[in-house]
Amino acid sequence: MSNFLHFENVSKHYGEVKAVDQVTLTVEQGEIFSLLGPSGCGKTTLLRILAGFEQPDSGRVILGGKDVTDLPPYERKVNTIFQSYALFPHLSVWDNIAFGLKVAKRPRKEINDAVEAILAMIQMEDHAWKKPDQISGGQKQRVAIARALVNKPQVLLLDEPLAALDLKLRQRMLIELDLIHDEVGITFLYVTHDQGEAMSLSDRIAVMRDGKIEQLGTPAEIYEAPRTSFVAAFIGDTNFFDGVVAEPLEKGVVLDGMLSAALDKDYSRLKVEDFPDVECYNDKQIRQGEKVFLSVRPEKFRISREKPEARPHLNIIQGMVEDVIYLGSQTKYWVRVADYQISVIRQHSRFLLDEEPIEWDEQVWLSWHADDGFMMEKYSEQDEALLPAPPDKVGDEVEPEVEAQ
Amino acid sequence: MKPSRFPLVVTWAVLIFFYLPIVVLVVQSFNSARFGGGWESTSLKWYRQLLKEPSIWDALMNTLIIATTATAASMVLGTSAAFALHRYGKSLLQRLHFSLIYTPLVLPEILMGLSMLLFFVAINVELGLGTIFVAHVTFCLSYVAMTVLARLQDFDFSVIEAAQDLGAGWWTTLWKVLVPILAPGILAGGLLAFTLSIDDFVISFFVAGPGSTTLPIKIYSMIKYGSPPLINALSTLLLLVTFASVAASQHLARKGEPRRDPSRARITMAQP
Repeated sequence: MSNFLHFENVSKHYGEVKAVDQVTLTVEQGEIFSLLGPSGCGKTTLLRILAGFEQPDSGRVILGGKDVTDLPPYERKVNTIFQSYALFPHLSVWDNIAFGLKVAKRPRKEINDAVEAILAMIQMEDHAWKKPDQISGGQKQRVAIARALVNKPQVLLLDEPLAALDLKLRQRMLIELDLIHDEVGITFLYVTHDQGEAMSLSDRIAVMRDGKIEQLGTPAEIYEAPRTSFVAAFIGDTNFFDGVVAEPLEKGVVLDGMLSAALDKDYSRLKVEDFPDVECYNDKQIRQGEKVFLSVRPEKFRISREKPEARPHLNIIQGMVEDVIYLGSQTKYWVRVADYQISVIRQHSRFLLDEEPIEWDEQVWLSWHADDGFMMEKYSEQDEALLPAPPDKVGDEVEPEVEAQ
Repeated sequence: MKPSRFPLVVTWAVLIFFYLPIVVLVVQSFNSARFGGGWESTSLKWYRQLLKEPSIWDALMNTLIIATTATAASMVLGTSAAFALHRYGKSLLQRLHFSLIYTPLVLPEILMGLSMLLFFVAINVELGLGTIFVAHVTFCLSYVAMTVLARLQDFDFSVIEAAQDLGAGWWTTLWKVLVPILAPGILAGGLLAFTLSIDDFVISFFVAGPGSTTLPIKIYSMIKYGSPPLINALSTLLLLVTFASVAASQHLARKGEPRRDPSRARITMAQP
């Protein structure tokens, strides 16, 4: 069914602040859809508008072909998992889960069966008569999920559901959420500021910023082809090159001056200030002299001591290693090239102790294929300030999840 | 090293200081002598006489009526006030509200009583049980509001949204979620209000009218015109009731609320 859940030009203001600004968005039935963005981007407000806790200033919300914009929360067939779980402290696990069904005045037998079944699904049968303060955080999380799902909502809303859990538990709950989704097939609307969660769980992601949707797409699309520098930097780590098109290349040319035999117009050469020229694939129509903002992800680089053999469309530059972080499965390098510090990731596919790893202060060669960069819109300096600082991302990489997609 | 005796001594001193007068009172209630002093003989004379004093029972009845109604009213009003204070506490109006609610806790009772009396006279209301009720609500609700407000500090408001999200309307949310969660706070406030109302003397004294004598006022007048031994007997009975209710409430609190749920019974049966 198309147009299962549809936000039509939805806006919400708090005084001067535009929390949600003219958002139009369609979510398909059965998918896990994530709203991803930094705090204050309007993602939670959008979720609360769907839940009915907030009234939009303008716009409509259509759910299952029905306009639900003016319905109170208790008349909407959606259920929410709150960040704090919001379990009823005075009720047992069993009664918490049964709450929605009891309010709906379902037959006693049906309530018993439904609650028992979902308790089995979340493997909490042995804790059915405990109060919320007698169970662990992960268990509370599962009870909150069960309490929502037992009502068979059309959409399950998840408001940063894993934020209160520690890293290990978060990873396990992610898998559990995915399994639960496979089992019940209900549409999930997942709100998070954690790109890792969104990438690994979602069918599609809407990256939000300042109340607007910055980009909408599958995790791989958003990671590999970010529309703006904001998206590129928010999802994973990247290197930006701010350049001007020197010439659309009639012939494939490698940058150390050697001529290649291939003939095509798909590539351009960029002049980057204080940096060697860069060849890149034309992701959009460009003219000579046009400004281009290029992003190259750290894992797209190859790092080596020996100079790689020149090939068509291969960028080869020399730099010096300034910092190394060994992360087990991969190593992160920061390589100084002129004024730029380039972040590079090397995946260890071979037994590392057999080789002599690249260390600090070594002269190295970086190479990457012109196809592996991506051109995008650049945001102003003020916007750059919003980008997460690189140290936050160490050890929090999303690349493996992308490959798993 | 020998453990210090200081804590033991202090404990005994405090206990004696607090309870010696009460012990004397209880013992004297069994003394048949009319004016305290010497011991005549042990008897239940004063208790028997107490039964024959209808004015005392009337006063007790008045006190209980006022305490019950004033407690109920202040539980509703106080809880509502606490909610408003907690939810919108930052606004100027609510900060004023807070000061006004807080004031009766620190205001001298005599001032409250006097101002109430002047107010009732000014608006031409006949003094009686009604005026005592109103006066008691005014100070009881402050205690309830403060107790509930303290309870609200660690109250997660998202449970209200959760209840609505699960299909509960306002009424169901109020009775199935809000009141049960806040019940300990509301009840504690109510208990406080009840005891304050029962033994309030000063304010009641000002706003009571003819035929609306409460027990504290009655006891006071008995000291002046009646017989002190009768008061001893009455006080002993009051003491008994108080201890019994305190013991009962502690017993209840320890036991918690045993839940009767058929599905629970089923589960326990299923597990031998």
